[in-house]
Amino acid sequence: MRKKLLTSLLLLLAVSLCQQGTANAAAAAVVVTDTGITSWMLTSTALVLLMVPGLAMFYGGLVRTKNVIGTMMHSFASMVIIGVLWPLIGYSLSFGPGILGGFIGWDSKYFMLQGIDDAIMSTHIPEYVFAMFQGKFAIITPALIAGAFAERVNFKGFAVFIALWSIFVYSPICHWVWASDGFLFNLGAAGAIDFAGGTVVHISSGITALVAALYLGKRRGYPNNVMQPNNLVMTLIGAGLLWVGWFGFNAGSAIASNLATARALTVTQVAAAAGAFTWMVIEIIQHGKATSLGVASGILAGLVAITPAAGVVQPSGAFALGALAAIFCYTAILIKNKLGYDDSLDAFGVHGVGGIVGALALVFFIRPAWMAEAAVKVGGSWTVWQQLGVQATAVGVTIVYAAFMSFILLFLVEKTIGLRISENDEMSGLDHSMHGEHGYGLINLN
Amino acid sequence: MKLITAIIQPDRLDHVREALIQADITRITVSRVTGHGRQEDIEIYRGQKIAPNLIPKIRIDIAVNNEFVDITVDTIIHAASHGVGEIGDGKIFITPLEECIRIRTRERGGRAI
Repeated sequence: MRKKLLTSLLLLLAVSLCQQGTANAAAAAVVVTDTGITSWMLTSTALVLLMVPGLAMFYGGLVRTKNVIGTMMHSFASMVIIGVLWPLIGYSLSFGPGILGGFIGWDSKYFMLQGIDDAIMSTHIPEYVFAMFQGKFAIITPALIAGAFAERVNFKGFAVFIALWSIFVYSPICHWVWASDGFLFNLGAAGAIDFAGGTVVHISSGITALVAALYLGKRRGYPNNVMQPNNLVMTLIGAGLLWVGWFGFNAGSAIASNLATARALTVTQVAAAAGAFTWMVIEIIQHGKATSLGVASGILAGLVAITPAAGVVQPSGAFALGALAAIFCYTAILIKNKLGYDDSLDAFGVHGVGGIVGALALVFFIRPAWMAEAAVKVGGSWTVWQQLGVQATAVGVTIVYAAFMSFILLFLVEKTIGLRISENDEMSGLDHSMHGEHGYGLINLN
Repeated sequence: MKLITAIIQPDRLDHVREALIQADITRITVSRVTGHGRQEDIEIYRGQKIAPNLIPKIRIDIAVNNEFVDITVDTIIHAASHGVGEIGDGKIFITPLEECIRIRTRERGGRAI
């Protein structure tokens, strides 16, 4: 009897406590951290950073032995330089409220991230997590460009170039597309669709890569001399790390841990596999052999194309985008070889072309619910072609701005510090001439 | 017939290879080797300057008929030299070559080179 009384008392206490709890939460509408979302965003942040050494390995394996350290250093330099620049000013320039007529963001409270020490965002994650997550995108984007002028740039010139590029190209485009007051974010019914960086990351870096390859000229001896990859094993490991990291890149971009995340993760997986599969089939038909580099390129093409689309397409659309990207990128590389310009590691051929294909073709595969929502927002109808117009505007603006600004920056750096290395240094290799090291020392008995 | 063996610095390999091709010496074997002559290799390792006791070098082997010895040697000397008078540009060894056989045709002697 006593026991029963005690239990009922305890129950009553528990119930009243619970009620009090809910009452408190309702009364104080303070945004609190959601541990589930925060955990996934922390994981995503780490996964996106993992892509940078992945890219270093991917690019590093593709160059000649004498340039392996120099090429991997391009990715690592981006981790170091943008790693410093982003918390200092990059986050503020990208995600601060628009200044100069919305050309770029700025808020002095974001300088050195000093104003966000206590901030919890409306997405229920600490703002630190968002700032760091976005910082990884800012790191990998300049690193992608390095593929276009591999084996022939001065390290100091490269370091200055990516710092300037991050400030004058990445931050404005990032602000237009992703900041809540950016003009491309608010274009049309529901904004230009760029889920995880089709325009901001891949088109901007791809176009810059093309401009840089044209401006700096060919490598010595290209295309007459065969320039074979020094280590395709490393390239494959790099491609694998990029694929893994891309789950953070895309599925993290929902800034959530819910249905949207699951959708992004699924289409990312499907597009990567479809891209690689398509590339493999094309090679088997054309050459009778599937190359490992072809599979790696197909993985990347598929991943690049699904990046802008991961929030709006279904798996069938992911199949189509992956396959389309592989076909277009494969063709772009064939055309490059005919034209004879030296985009050494196909930064434009994969990231530029794949990004453009993804950002434009995604409109044909948008899930009906999204289109219906967009129609409601404009209070009428919203067609695929209208959205294509919005996408084309975003792509066009990115291409024109990135090309124009990059050319100015390349010109400035080339004329002051020097970007293209001397013929003698190029023959010796970047490892010796730029870093005083060599990549595969352990193979020799020293 | 002579066997010309040159030990050069790795950063001069492309210079030497291209100069040899220009001089019509196209048959060449290249290997990575380590060793030490009189040079001390100074590289930077975590901010410390270190001097490893065995230094990476490139070894080039070229078998030539007697009339090509001089042009081959001159080309290598010219292309492998850093031109600053520092120790470490390498060495060239010339040894008599008793026989040479092309495996595919079984040709022997000067024609097989």
